[in-house]
Amino acid sequence: MAEAEIQNYTINFGPQHPAAHGVLRLVLEMSGEVVDRADPHIGLLHRGTEKLIEHKTYTQAVPYFDRLDYVGTMNQEHAFVLAAERLLGLEVPERARYIRTLYCEIGRQLNHILNVTAFVLDVGGMTPLLWGFEEREKLMGFYERASGARLHANYFRVGGVAFDLPAGLAEDIAAWCDSFPKVLDEIEVLVTDNRIFKQRTVDIGIVSEEQALDWGFTGPNLRASGVPWDLRKSQPYEVYDRLDFDIPVGSHGDCYDRYLVRVAEMRESVKIMRQCLEQMPGGPVRVDDRKITPPPRAEMKRSMEALIHHFKLFTEGFHVPAGEVYAAVEAPKGEFAVYLIADGTNRPYRCKIRPPGYVHLQALDMMSKGHMLADVVANIGSIDIVFGEIDR
Amino acid sequence: MSFLDRTLRSFLLTELVQGMSLTLRYMFRPKVTINYPYEKGPLSPRFRGEHALRRYENGEERCIACKLCEAICPALAITIEAEPREDGSRRTRRYDIDMTKCIYCGLCQEACPVDAIVEGPNFEFATETRAELMYDKQKLLANGDRWESELALRLAADAPYR
Repeated sequence: MAEAEIQNYTINFGPQHPAAHGVLRLVLEMSGEVVDRADPHIGLLHRGTEKLIEHKTYTQAVPYFDRLDYVGTMNQEHAFVLAAERLLGLEVPERARYIRTLYCEIGRQLNHILNVTAFVLDVGGMTPLLWGFEEREKLMGFYERASGARLHANYFRVGGVAFDLPAGLAEDIAAWCDSFPKVLDEIEVLVTDNRIFKQRTVDIGIVSEEQALDWGFTGPNLRASGVPWDLRKSQPYEVYDRLDFDIPVGSHGDCYDRYLVRVAEMRESVKIMRQCLEQMPGGPVRVDDRKITPPPRAEMKRSMEALIHHFKLFTEGFHVPAGEVYAAVEAPKGEFAVYLIADGTNRPYRCKIRPPGYVHLQALDMMSKGHMLADVVANIGSIDIVFGEIDR
Repeated sequence: MSFLDRTLRSFLLTELVQGMSLTLRYMFRPKVTINYPYEKGPLSPRFRGEHALRRYENGEERCIACKLCEAICPALAITIEAEPREDGSRRTRRYDIDMTKCIYCGLCQEACPVDAIVEGPNFEFATETRAELMYDKQKLLANGDRWESELALRLAADAPYR
């Protein structure tokens, strides 16, 4: 009997697959059930954000950043706002900086809750997702009470934040900080030691320290591989240098470690949020410069000068001095950065966005090679990708 | 000793039993879901929903066609045409919002110097056809009339922060 020739075959891990976390089209070359090559095809959600921003004033550009990584939205706004502020040389009021830090950490919680629980869902556990979404619902309530929208906040502005926190919100966030660790404990009871979860994740998609650095990993994925690198510590922005928190680091760099790092980061985030609430001073939330931030509404209705400023800012916007700047923040997924070139007009000349997910996705081939088809799903879940930011 | 411990735990399915008992306990906790069309979650005064054009108490429309909202709208969803009315006051002839373009960023209501265009608390305005989402001035003013009592309360509640 002649030996049967078995050829590699290709399957489409299509853009509509629920485990593809968005519109990822993955072309997998399989040899039996083992992956030979994983080829991500991206661009299905491309909206031309970078080009669009060149045609928007600095105020108008902020909502576009919400729509990149639509899971923890304010962190993206933060990078853009920081870039513009550095070019303008603005000193943001203390209270605004604490509010921003607080909301960035809420964004981190939103992101990690979704990622951890959706990851568990991908490998077969449904309950944590339902519990996690209850908590996300509360956090989005905090977003909504501060900014007016549950996801696409448009809350951070160049020179501060849009509005002050309403009365009572800080107390509610503090109460949430007390209750959340218990929920996290319960999710951990279900997941962390579970043998099925461990079988699906331990030693899957190992990324060594060297590989992680070579592939440009940042954020929790890099820390899971054992590199203690976090922009909040290494080049502190806002008020992170005054806050006391630890950087959880993994040792093995597999899917299980990435899960553990994210869970530990959520606990650290709770610590940061508590400290922000305790230390938050009173005072203004926007710079007192009428050339940058519009006047308060009450003043605008009385004073002619304020009204002129109001009109000027909402039509022409403000001019940013020529220059270029690279502003990076530790977004929940990794280093999210904006490279902004200003030419002295009211619009950015160029706004390059560095999304962490894009960099992580290109390592998927390296991580998945030699693993089973089912492990590709675990890998995708653990590197935490969102297509809004990859395709931009 | 740790080996023995681990083997024993593994054979007794401890982590599975713990997980199961936790989910069982959850069954007896109060439900967190709400019966949506009949019950609704809370909304803050800042919530940005469907647009409305407001009027003054005497019935005169507030919008003075300054076109700030048109200028600030990042999605270019607002179109305004203006001309002086017979009585000489400046008003809009046309005020259209393409709700399919709108990104609900709230910049229009921030820009409006007379609190005419506002984003109200209504988020249930799904339609069966696309054409129904091209709001014109009539529709927006009707929204304003319909929601005015609530809009005024929301603006008053949030005024100290604006």
